[in-house]
Amino acid sequence: MSNNEVLVKVSNAGLYKNGKWLVKNVSLNINRGKIVTLIGPNGSGKTTTAKIALGLYKNIEGSVERLTNKISYVPQKVSIDWTLPVRVLDFMILTQDLEEKEITDALILTGVEKLKHSNLRDLSGGEFQRVLLARAIAKKPELLVLDEPVQGVDFTGEVALYGLIKKISETLKCGILLISHDLHVVMSATDHVVCLNGHVCCSGSPVDVAQNKEYKELFGEKSSQLLSIYEHEHDHVHSSDGKIVKDIN
Amino acid sequence: MFDDFFIRAIVAGVGIALVTGPLGCFVVWRRLSFFGDTLAHSALLGVLISISLDVNVSLTIFIVSSLVAMLLLRLEKTTNLAGDSLLGLISHSSLAIGLVILGFLSFIRFDVMGVLFGDILSVNTNDLLIIWIGGALILLVLWYIWKPLFASTVNYELAEAEGMRPERVNAIFTVLLAALIAISIKMIGVLLITGLLIIPTAMARNLSNNPKQMVILSVIGGLLSVFIGLYTSFEINTASGPTIVVVALILFILSLTRITKNTHGLKK
Repeated sequence: MSNNEVLVKVSNAGLYKNGKWLVKNVSLNINRGKIVTLIGPNGSGKTTTAKIALGLYKNIEGSVERLTNKISYVPQKVSIDWTLPVRVLDFMILTQDLEEKEITDALILTGVEKLKHSNLRDLSGGEFQRVLLARAIAKKPELLVLDEPVQGVDFTGEVALYGLIKKISETLKCGILLISHDLHVVMSATDHVVCLNGHVCCSGSPVDVAQNKEYKELFGEKSSQLLSIYEHEHDHVHSSDGKIVKDIN
Repeated sequence: MFDDFFIRAIVAGVGIALVTGPLGCFVVWRRLSFFGDTLAHSALLGVLISISLDVNVSLTIFIVSSLVAMLLLRLEKTTNLAGDSLLGLISHSSLAIGLVILGFLSFIRFDVMGVLFGDILSVNTNDLLIIWIGGALILLVLWYIWKPLFASTVNYELAEAEGMRPERVNAIFTVLLAALIAISIKMIGVLLITGLLIIPTAMARNLSNNPKQMVILSVIGGLLSVFIGLYTSFEINTASGPTIVVVALILFILSLTRITKNTHGLKK
């Protein structure tokens, strides 16, 4: 099992829905033991891209190859209806069979072992995210897709959870597709960044992306100073809705 | 042993309550009560087709209701009509078509009330066999698909991403619902089966804090409704189906007192 083994290969994928392209021409690989992060403004197709990688859409352009079945997913939003009484304990074994110890260990890792017997509806937003993450890592997946996994988590918790995600990718040797708004973290704890705005604007190592002109246009001059400033060639310009206005080349 | 019609009614009712409990939980969790209603209404059509063609009633109802279920799943994807309008359309059309067909069948003696509200007196040993064998099969399949069905009830996309194939188990579940309706029409009737599906379950929700507990309590609620309902209906000479549902309603109302205590208990 080589370290760089590809787990998911998305090639020129696109999704056309209700008369417009949600994303187009997205290609990316997720490798074992690496963290790929999707960044981009609201509506740029981050969640759509993650779902394409997971195979949740039937009618896509391009192709997706998934070379593993051990997949865990933390969706952007999970709402539990009142009619459904689910404890953290029941939620942990939703799609998997776990030993009592595996459940406890995972909950300890994300710092919510005390909530084991609580009802999901009684948790705060941050607690719920920690439970979602605990469930996702409990069965030691090979591919982990995390859609804004730390939303609503307090600041110190956020740093700790990103540290945990980094540690998981190293110890479990699993590939991680992460969607995050937190550029600080993205730029420091990621192996590969894909900057989306309806299509792949730029991608590469965090250092490369931070220097990219388009990244600066999307996130502002300041954000690229998170690493260093480096002028970069750009070949097209975006209008406010993300469409490519003109090719410079 | 099954000579006495009261014993037969109890045996039939127990068999049905054992199935409505677990299925009812999923109907409530997935907000499918109107969907269940629609399948039940189409059962009248099934009954009339079986009479016209002189074929087995339960089998015909099962086939007609399954077809209606598949049609609904199909239409949900292809039309822009809101879900509830679509259900209303199918539900009342099938009921109306059934009643129109009934007009053409004036040459046979046919008890509409029996189909609408159940006719416990007409349950024979053959029906008991259908209820218990059919019910056992339904529970067996439900047991087998429990995990993926529950996972896709909690979160469809999460279940699909993690390989639980929600679309397939959803389709299987609707077929199970159609099967339940097919075996329970004689006992409880087209118009009231959804009541037996969701009222004991709603009661169970008030008293439980995890899914397994809710399933067990809704089975108990269904059994109590059947026992008390049948006994009462024989004592005071009322229709059995409605009486069972009224008992379920009373149990639900009683459970409400418990839930208010619970919420106070939570706010320490």
